[in-house]
Amino acid sequence: MASYAARRRSNFVWLSLCWASTAFGLCFLIIILATLFWHGFGGLSLTVFTQPTRPPDEIGGLQNAIVGSLIMTVVGVAIGAPLGLLAGTYMAEYGRHSKLTFVVRFINDILLSAPSIVIGLFIYQVMVAPMHHFSGISGAVALAVIVVPVVVRTTEDMLLLVPGPLREAASALGLPRSTVVVRIAYRAARAGIITGILLAVARISGETAPLLFTALNNQFFSANLNTPMASLPAVIFQYAMNPSPVWHSLAWTGALIITLAVLALSIFARVFSSKGSAK
Amino acid sequence: MADIAVENSRVAYKETARRSRVLTSFKIRDGVFRWLTFAAAITVLLILGGVIISLIQGSMPSIRAFGFKFVYTDVWNPVTDEYGALAAIYGTLVTSAIAMIIAVPVGIGIGIFLTELCPEILRRPIGIAIELLAGIPSIIYGIWGLFVFAPFLQAYVQPGLIKFFGPVPILSTLFAGPPYGIGMLTAGFILAIMVLPFIAAVSRDVFQTVPPLLKEAGRGIGCTTWEVVGRVIIPYTRVGLVGGVMLALGRALGETMAVTFVIGNADVIPRSLLSPGTTISAAIANEFTEAVGELYTSALIELSLILFVITFIVLAIARLMLMRLEQKVK
Repeated sequence: MASYAARRRSNFVWLSLCWASTAFGLCFLIIILATLFWHGFGGLSLTVFTQPTRPPDEIGGLQNAIVGSLIMTVVGVAIGAPLGLLAGTYMAEYGRHSKLTFVVRFINDILLSAPSIVIGLFIYQVMVAPMHHFSGISGAVALAVIVVPVVVRTTEDMLLLVPGPLREAASALGLPRSTVVVRIAYRAARAGIITGILLAVARISGETAPLLFTALNNQFFSANLNTPMASLPAVIFQYAMNPSPVWHSLAWTGALIITLAVLALSIFARVFSSKGSAK
Repeated sequence: MADIAVENSRVAYKETARRSRVLTSFKIRDGVFRWLTFAAAITVLLILGGVIISLIQGSMPSIRAFGFKFVYTDVWNPVTDEYGALAAIYGTLVTSAIAMIIAVPVGIGIGIFLTELCPEILRRPIGIAIELLAGIPSIIYGIWGLFVFAPFLQAYVQPGLIKFFGPVPILSTLFAGPPYGIGMLTAGFILAIMVLPFIAAVSRDVFQTVPPLLKEAGRGIGCTTWEVVGRVIIPYTRVGLVGGVMLALGRALGETMAVTFVIGNADVIPRSLLSPGTTISAAIANEFTEAVGELYTSALIELSLILFVITFIVLAIARLMLMRLEQKVK
C-alpha cells in the first residue's frame, strides 16, 4: 500500500478533478446561454413576432415559424399525451405484473431514446409518401410519436407511487375500477402526470430532425395542417446554413426564443412537481 | 298499512331496476376503459413494429441493388447512383467514440461531486443546472457549435493539436491537416457536451443506491474519500454505470441536428479527425429532401435502418443492465 502522504495526495488530485468536471459542465451551460443572449437579444423586437419570414434583403420576422411550432406542438401533444396516459394506465393499473407490461416497458424505454430522425423517416414513409405532399399534420404526428414514450414512462411511474390502500378504500365503497382509476389514482398522481406532459412539450418544442421530412418548411404563413408548415427549429436550421448575416441574426433570435421557452417549461415543470409532492 | 307496503315494494322494485342499470353501466364503462388502455399499450408496440417494417420496406430497393456490399463500401455517388454506407457509419462511430471518451469521465466526476462532495445547499441547484443542460434543444448546440465553438477551436485549439502531435507517428495522421474548425473532432466534442448531463444524472442516481453502511465501513477502516469512491461505490454500481453510459451512447449515435451543423458533410472517410466527414443522421438530414430517384431515397432509408439497428442494440443492452441494478436494489 502507498504511503499515507501519497494516498492523501491522490485523494486530493482526484477529488479536485471531480470539482473541475462539475465546473466544466456548468461552464458550458453558462457560455451557451450567454452567447444566445449576446447574439439573440438584440434582434428581439415586435417585428419578430408580427412579420413572417422574408428574403434576406427585406425586414422579416419569425411569425409563421412561431405559429407553426405552436400548432404542431399542441396537436402533437393532443395526440400523443392521451395515448401515453392510457398506455401508462394499463401498465400500472391493469397489467402490473403481466408479461405484456414488461415487454411494453422495455420497448417504450427504447423508443424514449430512439433517434428522432428515424421517427421522422418513419412518418415520411407512412404519411407523407402516401399523401404525396409534406404537411403540418404529419409533422404533428411525428412529434406525437416522440411524446408517447415520455408520457407513458412518467404516468406509469407516478401511478405506481399511488398507495394501494387508497384504491382499496375506493373499491370498498363500491366504485367501479374505471372510476377508481380516473377519480382516485389520476387525482393522486396528477402533479407527476402533468409534469411528464410538460417535459414532453419541452422535449418536442425544440425537435428539428423529425420535422425536416414531414412538415418541411414554409416561407409563408399557414395555419392549415394539410400544407407544409414552418417551424422555429426548421427556420433556424435554414437560416444558420445561409451566408446572409441578417438571417444569422434572426436565427440567433429564434434560438433564444426556443431556449427560453424550453427552459421556462422545464423549470416550471420541476417547481410544479415539487409543489405537488409536498402536499 | 297495506298500501304503504305495496308502495314500498314498488319503490324497492324500482330501486333494484335502477341498481341493475347502474351496475350494467359501470360494467360497460369498466370494460371500455380497460379495453382502451389495453389498446394504447399495444399501440406502443405497434409504433416500434411500424418503424421497423416501414424502414425495411423503404430500403428494399437499395438492399436488392447493393446487398451486403452497402455496409462495407464507401462510395456515395448520387450521379452514378452508387451508394455505400461505410463513410457514414465510420463517422457515426468515431464521433460517438470521441464523445464518450470525453463525457464518461467528466459525467461520472459530476456524479461523484453531486453525491459525495457537494455541500447540501448547492446539491439541488447544481443538479437542476446540469439537467437544464440536457433540456437545451439539439439545434441550439448546433448553431452554437457552428458559430462560436468551431471558430474558437479553429483559431486556438486545432493549430496547437496539429503542432503538438506532428512528431508523434500515428497520432500525426489523426491530427493532421489544416484546421477547418468544423469536422469530426468538433462534432464529437459537441456530442460530449450534449450527453454529459445524461451520464451525470444516471451516475448520480446509481451512486445514491449505495447503502450508507458500505461507505461508512470503508471510512471506518481508514479509506480516503477517493478510495471509498474507487473501491466501494464504483464497484458496487458498476452495472448501473455501464447501463447509463450505454444510454448516453445511444443518444450520441442518433443525434442529428447538432452534428449536422458542425460535421462538414463530406461523404468520405477522413484520415484526420480534424477533417470534415459525415454521420448517418447528418447524411439523412442533409440529403433526404433533395434526394431524387428511388435508389437514392432508398439508400438513405437503409442508412437510417442501420442507425436504428445499432441504437436498438445499444439501448437494449443499456436497459438490461439498468434492470439488473434495479433488481439488486430490491
